[in-house]
Amino acid sequence: MPNPSNDPSPDPSTSLIRFAAVQKTYDGEQLVVKDLNLAIEPGEFVTLLGPSGSGKTTCLMMLAGFEVPTSGDIFLRDQRLNSVPPHKRNFGMVFQNYALFPHMTVEENIRYPLKTRRLPAAEADRKVSEILDMIQLRDFAKRRPAQLSGGQQQRVALARSLVFEPQLVLMDEPLGALDKQLREQMQLEIKHLHEQLGLTVVFVTHDQSEALTMSDRVAVFNDGVIQQIDTPSNLYEYPANAFVAQFIGENNTLAGRVESVEGERCRARFGEGLATGALLGPGLGVGDATHLSIRPERVKLNGAARALPNRLPARVHEFIYLGDHLRVRCALPGNDDFVARVPVDDFDADMKPGDTIELGWRDEDVRALDAP
Amino acid sequence: MTSTTLDGGAAAPAEGNLKSRLRRAERLRKLKAIGLVAPLALFLVVVFVVPIGSMLLNSVDNGSLRQVMPQTASALAQWDGEGLPGEATFAAFAEELRDSRRGGGLGSVGRRLNYENPEYRGLLMRTLMGLPAESDDWRATLIDIDPAWGETATWRGIQAAAPPRTDRYLLASLDLERGADGEIQRVDQQDRLYQAVFQRTLVIAGGVTLICLALGFPLAYLLATLPAKTSNLLMILVLLPFWTSLLVRTAAWIILLQSNGLANQTLQTLGLIESPLQLVFNRTGVFFAMVHILLPFMVLPLYSVMKGISPSYQRAAVSLGAHPFAAFWQVYAPQTLSGVAAGTILVFIMALGYYITPALVGGPADQMVSYYVAYYTNTTNNWGMAAALGSILLAVTLLLYLVYHRLVNRKQLIGS
Repeated sequence: MPNPSNDPSPDPSTSLIRFAAVQKTYDGEQLVVKDLNLAIEPGEFVTLLGPSGSGKTTCLMMLAGFEVPTSGDIFLRDQRLNSVPPHKRNFGMVFQNYALFPHMTVEENIRYPLKTRRLPAAEADRKVSEILDMIQLRDFAKRRPAQLSGGQQQRVALARSLVFEPQLVLMDEPLGALDKQLREQMQLEIKHLHEQLGLTVVFVTHDQSEALTMSDRVAVFNDGVIQQIDTPSNLYEYPANAFVAQFIGENNTLAGRVESVEGERCRARFGEGLATGALLGPGLGVGDATHLSIRPERVKLNGAARALPNRLPARVHEFIYLGDHLRVRCALPGNDDFVARVPVDDFDADMKPGDTIELGWRDEDVRALDAP
Repeated sequence: MTSTTLDGGAAAPAEGNLKSRLRRAERLRKLKAIGLVAPLALFLVVVFVVPIGSMLLNSVDNGSLRQVMPQTASALAQWDGEGLPGEATFAAFAEELRDSRRGGGLGSVGRRLNYENPEYRGLLMRTLMGLPAESDDWRATLIDIDPAWGETATWRGIQAAAPPRTDRYLLASLDLERGADGEIQRVDQQDRLYQAVFQRTLVIAGGVTLICLALGFPLAYLLATLPAKTSNLLMILVLLPFWTSLLVRTAAWIILLQSNGLANQTLQTLGLIESPLQLVFNRTGVFFAMVHILLPFMVLPLYSVMKGISPSYQRAAVSLGAHPFAAFWQVYAPQTLSGVAAGTILVFIMALGYYITPALVGGPADQMVSYYVAYYTNTTNNWGMAAALGSILLAVTLLLYLVYHRLVNRKQLIGS
């Protein structure tokens, strides 16, 4: 099991990109980005994840050079980037709507960055040809973007941002316009490209499953602050606060208070006179208000719950059948909408809405987190 | 084999049935659509198609002689043009000349014949005065009244007005005429006018269009990129000229630009010029006033196209290594082409027909085709020339439009 307290941030001296105490405001009143510190290693796939308005796109735009930090510095290795204009940064960028030039063919689009770099024609031809093969759109080279499907346009945009071998690739919600199936396929394609070509990628999305699928590390943004930056598994298993727990994956929350602390474990009271063991989150002590976070798949029902240390009765609202599993929505003291996730095979067919059942979980399945 | 044939046979009628059912289902919708369009279509036919058609006909119409003197006209149509026409023609002419006074047809015949030679109206009047009630020999009588009737040229002139259609107006509009032998030739040097007028019209319209594009493109770009609040205010300023009458705006330019007007006084006060510049009643004044009036017609189509171009295209180009200027010209400007096309063609075609503004703020050498159209309709009542000038302007405009359309379409983006 990875140690949650271990800081996964890389050593700043080796990093490719470094944000140092960056702040950004548009109107001079409200900070969109508050004191951002972030280091990105060469070859890393880092995702900036957060709800809209959380400052993640602003960070990407500052990195691309389209926005200027109000204060603080951005470094590329040891070069200060703040005053480097965007067309001299040599970063590839994929835009949300692809921004393929509609009056140019696929080939002309891909050749554009080579043209601006005045590459010799023969070399440009070779590179365009190679990348057309890589994205498997050789037959579409003479078409215009409007004649391509969404997925094909996405691949062209990707090829255009990679063909000049940039030192960093920025992606601004590039998969937002695709349907679910195509999006999942493109997620894997981008991930594989990243691995094959050893790219360094900064990817912006508001879709947490996209972030978990593709990234080496995910920075969860909220309210202009990085709430947590960690590997996907650590984010899910060891959320640093209630926002991250709620934003990443499905989560049940119980509002309570820390009663006693024992090493990394604690006991917390919630509802009316109920208590559970839990893993103690960062920055909490005895008497602090806490949000107890429990993943639905860790909650056991009836028979399976009998041997567990924390048990309590709940009343069933409804069952939702989802093929491979069932979701049981129930009410317990302190949470009217508590969800348990049960494999279909383990489900007792006699249960009906309105029944009282017993729920149970282990101490280590609960995290006591900062109440926001 | 059998089953295939059967299947095919069964499928075909079913398909036809489906098509007819579709037609029936769509019929009501089609009727509704026609009903919605009908008033406008009718309006267009009445005020647009019919007048233009009649104008085109007027430019080749030669009916005035045939209407007033049908027998003379048909008799002369058969004359070989040698010597003098026969006695029957003389008799018919004398008869119809006398009758023409009553119907008021004499005026229109006189006007029409005067285009051939300005002597005719006087000749007809003199002849009518001296015309006896009866005569045995009309030829001798007429020659007796005026010896001109004994000349072949006199009768040839009338013969030229006899056919129902003529190309003389169209030819005259291009400084051409038919010589004595019927061949098309250029008119005498000192009579040439219209080729220069058409050329001038195209130059003024083209110049106004280019100035409008040069001024309107940056303005439209600014409007399209500014925040909505500011751009709305600026848009009101762009549209402001529409709220004032064309005449008022043109007169205002005269006041501003005249020798002791605001513009000259300011320049003199600033010490930039010694004596007043001639800014109005010449080509400069025409350009000032016409650009001012036509600028919104350039800005609006450009603005609407630019508004639809996402700023991410330029950002993408910059992120790919293009200097912002290069990104603008290589990526943004080509996408505005449809707006440029719409704006320039709109301004150019409107400018071609300008009449009041050049008449008020231009000099004699700045009058455009429409001025002469107005002159022929209002002053000399020569509908043939007015219609011919109008038709040729229409033809030139359509031709230019087709060429332009083809050029722009070739460069135009596919789809998107």
